[in-house]
Amino acid sequence: MMHEKSVTELAAGLRSGEFSSVELVEHYLERIERLDGELNSFITVTAEQAIEQARAADARIAAGDAGPVTGIPIAHKDIYCTNGVKTSCGSRMLDNFTAPYDANVVSRLRDAGAVMLGKTNMDEFAMGSTSESSFYGPVKNPWNTGRVPGGSSGGSAVAVAARLCAAATGTDTGGSIRQPASHCGITGLKPTYGRVSRYGMIAYASSLDQGGPMAQTAEDVAFLLQAMAGFDERDSTSSDTPVPDYSATLEDSIEGLKIGLPGEYFDAGLDEGVRKSVEEAVELYKSLGAEIREISLPNTGLAVASYYVVAPAECSSNLSRYDGVRFGHRCDDPVDLEDLYKRSRSEGFGAEVKRRIMIGTYVLSAGYYDAFYLKAQKIRQLISDDFRKAFEQVDVIMGPASPTTAVALGEMADDPVSMYLSDVYTVMTNMAGLPGISIPVAPVEGMPVGLQITGNYFDEARLLNIAHRFQQNSDWHRLMPEGV
Amino acid sequence: MSFDQSDVEKIAHLARLAVPAGEARALGGDLSRILDLVAQMEQVDTSTVEPMAHPLQMTQRLREDRVTEENQRELYQSVAPATEKGLYLVPRVIE
Repeated sequence: MMHEKSVTELAAGLRSGEFSSVELVEHYLERIERLDGELNSFITVTAEQAIEQARAADARIAAGDAGPVTGIPIAHKDIYCTNGVKTSCGSRMLDNFTAPYDANVVSRLRDAGAVMLGKTNMDEFAMGSTSESSFYGPVKNPWNTGRVPGGSSGGSAVAVAARLCAAATGTDTGGSIRQPASHCGITGLKPTYGRVSRYGMIAYASSLDQGGPMAQTAEDVAFLLQAMAGFDERDSTSSDTPVPDYSATLEDSIEGLKIGLPGEYFDAGLDEGVRKSVEEAVELYKSLGAEIREISLPNTGLAVASYYVVAPAECSSNLSRYDGVRFGHRCDDPVDLEDLYKRSRSEGFGAEVKRRIMIGTYVLSAGYYDAFYLKAQKIRQLISDDFRKAFEQVDVIMGPASPTTAVALGEMADDPVSMYLSDVYTVMTNMAGLPGISIPVAPVEGMPVGLQITGNYFDEARLLNIAHRFQQNSDWHRLMPEGV
Repeated sequence: MSFDQSDVEKIAHLARLAVPAGEARALGGDLSRILDLVAQMEQVDTSTVEPMAHPLQMTQRLREDRVTEENQRELYQSVAPATEKGLYLVPRVIE
């Protein structure tokens, strides 16, 4: 079936004329119609525009002007602004918002010929690790619909895992690409901070936010990243480091690769089943000629604490723009300006967003800056130094993406702190601004597990090479949930 | 760290959020638990550490001082809740 194919295989089918992009898009739209009622991975499906874009892609393919993602049906996380299409960020605040312009990621992928099927569900304003805080209801994990898909890019992860699209975009502020990729059995890459433009990507915590691709395989992720990455003058922290050809090095040998295993990532909090799967994956790398070294990232234990200062502080500042005046939700009949602000914001934001705005407001309030934000930025430096020292000894760092497989729906709903703590392995990478990828390894009791590989700055090509070599020697990325 | 109702109300006001009286206590409890987690930061002495400003030690890019944006007021106001003659409408602030 078409939907079982990877982006690479679909691109070959399109070029050989086995099927057209219009046929492919119709096939996925039928699947979304049939399966997404239960999974809830899409907020908006843009069927008409998709068919139109597919026709244009077919014309490009016929004219010999096609790239690797031309005609490929993808979905965008609803955090990316899409011109003329509802862009909600999973929030009531933006339920009535139609973006007046395209995010850089969206225009780049469209220029490359990718076809947008729609916008995917997510934790409200990307704040969450379960995709349950969306105004549009929770996303369900296709491997077990009683479980969460992870978050915040849960809709994108589910849409790829359930084969409702060939690939999707996500964003990762504290693990929001890698953790749902891990929980849904797909491949997800968080690039180096600054590699992918933040223009038109609704801001949560600007010093941490980074967009990236999610797909079945590392090879697919490489094609997507190629289209997404690169300098953009409209993002003030966009990097002008040259973008390499990510596909060119996929097949390189990993003989002699030095892999570091941080003791802190394999501590008591790690589920035994997940530990075993990750260790098996490391064994496979050994058999491919990699050398394993024990390393230490001593400040791992402080990552979550400092993240929950930096991220809420930046969130409280970024989300001050939602005031009921220029766009987004506005309360009925405000009596004065303060009432307009307060009621519009309180009605528009959900509980988790309000918690983070409150924490951020508190830590930035007069007299507390040094004790919280400045302290957290110093710890960030310590975390970054831990990685710098580690990369003097090893090429990449491996460990679990998440301490457990996906939890049951509702299990963490009333306990924000335990949800925060589950982000420990992914948050580290964001605090340092490094790239990381999660790839599927052996499932535990039928639920997917992700191996996280963290690389040095701008080492995405190496991460993709290492992930691809694993996938050439394993079949975990080929597994599909039953019933989809 | 513990937040009572008046602390919650004070922060909510700074954040321009309205917290119904019935929810202030539960929210105060959540905030207290989150700040207890944050307090782990105190375990490490950072007196000699420079705060991290940017992961890549990048400096702010500068550009030439010239107009690059065209006026798109109508487009941007098309998504506003209430406008008139190119202005955003808010409740009366000057009597």
